[in-house]
Amino acid sequence: MEILQFDFMRNALLVGLLVSVACGMIGTYVVVKRIVFISGGISHTAYGGIGLGYYLGFNPMLGATLFTIVSALGMGLVQQRSSQRQDTVIGVMWAVGMALGIVFVKLSPGYTADLMSYLFGSILTVPERDILFILLLDLLIIATVYRYFEEFKAVAFDEEFARVSGLKVEFYNILLLLLVALTVVVMIRAVGIILVIALLTIPPAIAGEYSRGLKGMMGLAVVLGIIFTTAGLYLSYLFDLPSGATIILVAATGYILALLIKKKIHT
Amino acid sequence: MGKKVIEIENLFVELDGITVLENVNLTVNEYDFLGIIGPNGGGKTTFLRVLLGLVKPARGKVRIMGNPVEKNRHLLGYVPQYAVFDRSFPISVEEVVVSARLARKQGIRFSNEDYRIAASALERVEMLPLRSRQMGELSGGERQRVLVARALAVQPRILLLDEPTASVDSRFAAGFYELLRELNREMTLILVSHDISAVSSYVKTLACMNRTLYYEHSRELNREMIENTYNCPVDLIAHGIPHRVLPPHDGVVGS
Ligand SMILES: Nc1ncnc2c1ncn2[C@@H]1O[C@H](COP(=O)(O)OP(=O)(O)OP(=O)(O)O)[C@@H](O)[C@H]1O
Ligand SMILES: [Mg+2]
Repeated sequence: MEILQFDFMRNALLVGLLVSVACGMIGTYVVVKRIVFISGGISHTAYGGIGLGYYLGFNPMLGATLFTIVSALGMGLVQQRSSQRQDTVIGVMWAVGMALGIVFVKLSPGYTADLMSYLFGSILTVPERDILFILLLDLLIIATVYRYFEEFKAVAFDEEFARVSGLKVEFYNILLLLLVALTVVVMIRAVGIILVIALLTIPPAIAGEYSRGLKGMMGLAVVLGIIFTTAGLYLSYLFDLPSGATIILVAATGYILALLIKKKIHT
Repeated sequence: MGKKVIEIENLFVELDGITVLENVNLTVNEYDFLGIIGPNGGGKTTFLRVLLGLVKPARGKVRIMGNPVEKNRHLLGYVPQYAVFDRSFPISVEEVVVSARLARKQGIRFSNEDYRIAASALERVEMLPLRSRQMGELSGGERQRVLVARALAVQPRILLLDEPTASVDSRFAAGFYELLRELNREMTLILVSHDISAVSSYVKTLACMNRTLYYEHSRELNREMIENTYNCPVDLIAHGIPHRVLPPHDGVVGS
């Protein structure tokens, strides 16, 4: 394919692959544990960190990492309290993160044009050093999921029994939210803060319809993620569309098709 | 008399500021088989949850094998009253049962020995043929049997069962009480049930729970005990227990 001759295209495909691995694995937990809303909150607070990076003049990706980690810890504490107002608190943290970002950006000196790439992604222009960063985060995610696969599964399936079995349920819940935070950081470059939640949940949601185990669900979600990012990338190149949004639309189309096919099989 | 496996002194429990249990005192010896009956909302489930460390007491002392709950709760097997699972969760029966081995597992994954223990637990509840079935594809009674198997796979010293026969068919229920009797040779049992007639013919001791525990070292269920807990025998009829199982005065139910 001629488009592969471009360096930026090869980088973009590589980023798509790395992103798909992270969100296929962690998105599976997000979907089965039904923590989509918490994950949305974590991803949006990243904007505060990006703004801080601009304001103080360091890499906004580091700012995003810092903010998502802090918000993951915060959400983890909220999750632990069994109060009925959980979702309200999460919604407030979500908005505060965004608001901080907006204020920091406004205060920042100089040019902030590529801000849009954090909000809506720009998989075609990810710098090499960020690719390396994403690769490291990916390895960390894979290693942690490999190590704690059974523990995460038990806590996700039946938290109470996991607790009775002597597992530190709080530890695994917070660890998982930290992985969500890292996954969000990995994904920001590709699809942007606003669209993260769609790519995090659509591939596992489809995979869940066709899987009989968490491992299979993760594997299928990773493959679907790769298909969606690659196809989205190609279409955005072909029709000169924004890459992040195109990837999401491709994924959403895939989701609808998967649901229709499933329905057809069952009737 | 065996050694003490559960010691409870002056236990008070509050949930949302409401006193649910008060002044519960109980000693359970090794290889006891204690049945607990009581009205809905009497605090039976809460009591088991205290033993499991899932509910913190407001006051009082709870010891499992001489130690605080946190230290020894891995010695407990638990069959919950309700199985509230996400039916779409992709997990097989075998995976659910082997998860009981988490506290004992050595490496990153479960060993062959863990799977063997899970299989023999499934065998005991006649669910081995369905080991590869998805949890979400089981009937309510089948799910309850899997929960029993999961509790057995812990290889507990003390097994807590919260109405384990509530949704299993009568053929399985009869066999199940035989299974409990067999298990009782290896471990201490505490069984919560509304099925008074079955309970009183299988357990060694019987207690009633209604905010507090009415307990005598026998399985003699006298009318006073029942009336203290249920307040009114009409409740018993509502539970499907015919009046005549109650002795006319201070008689004995069961054998
Ligand atoms: N999470 C909770 N918060 C507040 N109150 C609770 C909670 N769980 C139970 N209760 C109350 O505690 C009391 C005891 O409940 P529990 O579930 O222990 O009763 P039970 O004896 O198991 O009843 P059943 O026979 O219906 O299973 C009830 O009055 C109930 O309303
Ligand atoms: Mg109960």
